[in-house]
Amino acid sequence: MSKEIATPMAGKVVSILVNEGDTIQEDDEILLLEAMKMETTVYATDGGKVKKINIKSGDRIEEDDIVMILE
Amino acid sequence: MLFGLLETGFVYFYWGNLLMILLGGGLIFLGIAKKMEPLLLIPIGFGIILVNLPLGGLMDYRYELTAQRSGVVQEIVIDETTRFAEGTAIVRTNAEILQSPVHGRLTSIEVQPGQNVGAGDVVAVIITTMQTDQSVIPTEPIGLLSRLFAYGIMWHILPPLIFLSLGALTNFAPMLANPRVMLLGAATQFGVYFAFFISLFFGFSFEEAASIGIIGGAEGPTTIFVTATLAPHIIGATAVACYSYMAMVPLILPPVINLLTTKKERQIYMKPKLRPVSKLEKILFPIVGAIIVILLVPSSAPLIGCFMVGNLFRECGVVDRLAETAQTSFVDILTIFITLTIGGTMAAENFITVSTLSILVIGVISFASAAAAGVLFAKFMNLFLKEKINPMIGAAGVSAVPMAARVVHVMGQKENKKNYLLMHAMGPNVAAAIGAAIAGGVFVGVLG
Repeated sequence: MSKEIATPMAGKVVSILVNEGDTIQEDDEILLLEAMKMETTVYATDGGKVKKINIKSGDRIEEDDIVMILE
Repeated sequence: MLFGLLETGFVYFYWGNLLMILLGGGLIFLGIAKKMEPLLLIPIGFGIILVNLPLGGLMDYRYELTAQRSGVVQEIVIDETTRFAEGTAIVRTNAEILQSPVHGRLTSIEVQPGQNVGAGDVVAVIITTMQTDQSVIPTEPIGLLSRLFAYGIMWHILPPLIFLSLGALTNFAPMLANPRVMLLGAATQFGVYFAFFISLFFGFSFEEAASIGIIGGAEGPTTIFVTATLAPHIIGATAVACYSYMAMVPLILPPVINLLTTKKERQIYMKPKLRPVSKLEKILFPIVGAIIVILLVPSSAPLIGCFMVGNLFRECGVVDRLAETAQTSFVDILTIFITLTIGGTMAAENFITVSTLSILVIGVISFASAAAAGVLFAKFMNLFLKEKINPMIGAAGVSAVPMAARVVHVMGQKENKKNYLLMHAMGPNVAAAIGAAIAGGVFVGVLG
């Protein structure tokens, strides 16, 4: 079963801290977002193997966008 | 040789200038090396250095000392190369002793001993860097920065125009999504009035106390606007206190928050998702907001009016060129003018006074008590709310947009990794910018 990870806030993707195929755990750092001229770390809300990453560095994302899918 | 020396700034250079040049250098250092508000501190710092180089004349005003009564000149008390303090006797006649109401130096003596003078005759021309109340001590700006200060700041042009840009830069969605957080932005204005009363207690006048209190609003242009109107002679101190404390928000807020909240309260989780705010709401807000606020507090019109029109540029979606200009080059140009000029008000003889020190101390109290009021009010609101708010976002009600909100967000994530408080904190944060402008408007309306 796949699980979706959504962003909690809008911003610009500074860097993606995991790769497809990585296994991550809940609360691992997965993204660096820039919002209000500040970098914010986004933590995983769930654990699993990263199946697909839907974003790339420099993308502008909105709140609740699905950024990666875990399996 | 001697004549050449008299023409240089060294004749008038004293330890106060050196101290101020070090202060200016310190601000530039903080801006460049520590990245503390570099857009503000670098031009302010350089302005300070420039105005502390005597005879440079950038911040000079010309003042004509006139006889109050008819009489015969008996003595010229001071010579032309002496730097003198406020209240120094310049000329003595048989009817009066004429004292200079400003500090400075003589540029010329227009009378000679034995000469008859009538009431209103000019006896001496003085050059000063002092900002005066023009209705009491009329001066003429004759330097680059003093002209910018007189016509840009004293005429209330630059601070409201900066507000226009701030309006264009401000996204009110987080506040409109959760309008109750406006109360937090209002609660922090307590700090302003608290500092106002402390200042009165320490012997400042009503006008000075209002200008010092408004530092707690953490809103640079508002502080400059209020001080320029009510107490222009302390504008350097209030502006620098305000901008420096804004830069120090990451140092001032955390201890206040930690003191007033428990760990459990700091961990209160707030759902990251805010209610979507429609375009119509965003367009109506600046229009309706301007009408209501200006009708309630008419003297806030220059600040609120400009702020709201800038915000309408941003939100209406059809004047992107205006919005973009207001957000970028326009605000940059205004910032250069206002910061260099504020730096320019800090000639040693204006700044190195006991009252400056008091202003800096009361300013930080104002700031901290504003944050404390926001936190305590958030806790009070939680007594009635089913879905609790994290009381830390109350501290973001000290304006200093968006620094205060960022600080709260970072603290929130330290306590609870899944807590993204940034947008929640932006609500009181932007509300406070309006709150400060209103508080400033109230002061100007009542005391101006």
